[in-house]
Amino acid sequence: MKPAAFHPFARLLHWLMAVLILAMLFIGVGMVSDLSTRHPLLVELHKATGLLLLLLVLVRIAVRLTVPHPPLPADLPALQRLAAKASHIALYGLMLSMPLLGWAMLSAGGYPRPLQLPAIAPHDLQLYALLRGAHSWAGYLLFATVLVHLGAALMHAWVRRDAVFKSMWPGPLRDSK
Amino acid sequence: MNTPVHGPAKLWRLTAIAAGLLAAGCAFAYTAGWIGGPKLSPQRIIDTFEAQAGHHPGYRKNHAKGLCVTGYFESSGLAAPLSSARVFEQARVPVIGRFAIGGANPATPDTGVPVRSMALQFATDDGQLWRTGMNNPPVLAIGTPEAFYQQVLAMTPDPATGKADPARMQAFFAEHPESAAFRQWAASYKPSDSFASTQYHSINAFRLIDRQGKEQPVRWQVEPQTPYSALPAQVSDTLFLQHDLAQRLSQGPLRWTLRLVLAEPGDPLEDPSKPWPAQRRSIDAGTLVINAVDAPEQGACRDLNFDPLILPTGIQATADPILAARSAAYSESFNRRSRESLNTGVRP
Repeated sequence: MKPAAFHPFARLLHWLMAVLILAMLFIGVGMVSDLSTRHPLLVELHKATGLLLLLLVLVRIAVRLTVPHPPLPADLPALQRLAAKASHIALYGLMLSMPLLGWAMLSAGGYPRPLQLPAIAPHDLQLYALLRGAHSWAGYLLFATVLVHLGAALMHAWVRRDAVFKSMWPGPLRDSK
Repeated sequence: MNTPVHGPAKLWRLTAIAAGLLAAGCAFAYTAGWIGGPKLSPQRIIDTFEAQAGHHPGYRKNHAKGLCVTGYFESSGLAAPLSSARVFEQARVPVIGRFAIGGANPATPDTGVPVRSMALQFATDDGQLWRTGMNNPPVLAIGTPEAFYQQVLAMTPDPATGKADPARMQAFFAEHPESAAFRQWAASYKPSDSFASTQYHSINAFRLIDRQGKEQPVRWQVEPQTPYSALPAQVSDTLFLQHDLAQRLSQGPLRWTLRLVLAEPGDPLEDPSKPWPAQRRSIDAGTLVINAVDAPEQGACRDLNFDPLILPTGIQATADPILAARSAAYSESFNRRSRESLNTGVRP
């Protein structure tokens, strides 16, 4: 039997990560064009939060694969169904790859890593260039995908007015349906 | 259950959603600096270097001309009570270094500019890194990134002479009285004939943190043990300093003393244009030994960003705005030259 809403732990993870990811995207894109005394603080915060998000996404993938989640509405057109599936695969892929790209690019650039984590890529200038570029572009893509996700969620809540948005509601669910 | 909205209500709601997404997109673009007024950014500083000195793919965007060296640091142990950093107690710490001259043009003759620099990476056996980039002047002419940018603009080469316009420099110095200490240094500067007999300074202040968490603000300097000898008046070799260093290293290692200069209460910690009184107490932290040229420009130093904020436990940054700006701009330089290496191959 499929549940009507996501498990409370899955909802907690979703909203916690939503806040952290949005903050990370803005910090990341802001810090590289900033040379004020905020710059080093933002870089430190970016690395620490990135590591936290890597741990959270691993837990989240495990939850997604093991805990039953609600189905999409039965009357959702096939194209939207496909878009929903594809965008979720993209979101999970990007959530996982962003911190790994960050870690790998620090390794390839010969930079120290938070908590003295080991290098996961060889120290190589050209590899660094590729990973650094990939980290940026994956970030832009993640932001675009988050916007699409947000737009779709609001369409479900305000236009279709189905149960999709409520199934991920951050608070307790009063209605059993 | 499903009661979808239709008609004007649907249109309004769709408009509201689109407006919300657009606003989020604009906020992101503004944060990234893609829209909004021009502001001083690392990108703008590096763009200005390149506008003045030309685009030199693969090279560092400032202090472009230099050479890689290797060696080690022998700690005296005397700084260990002031800082928990492993570098101050480990007997012998491997060092990767780089000597360079100031400026963004890698074709500048070695003796064509007064500024010389030494960058070092200490890699201690606890897995930590300390990188520092030091210059021969003990102070900068300015104390903020904005004033630095004004200085760079004032130094724009005159197309007719290829040199900075002296009148423009005078005007800059007049507007920036904080440059007094730097001007005094520049006026009395007598270049030595070698990187080996040059003294290098940390420029910015840092904080040593001891095992109890107590702080001691410091600046450091690397003092040559090679005796001073003046640079000849006429030098024709554009690689004079590089050739000299290689020649000296072929005879044997070169040594410097790493001296930590201890601040006293009231000394400026966040303004690299302000010198500290000469009688400040200092500590001989150990001896830097450089023993080999590691292939000019192609050695291990090439792929390192000597970001002065790469610090081990036991050394922390101050809130000096120049320190933050250096870190941001070095990172931009490193990113650009790494990207350029994809097209040109890895060579500066």
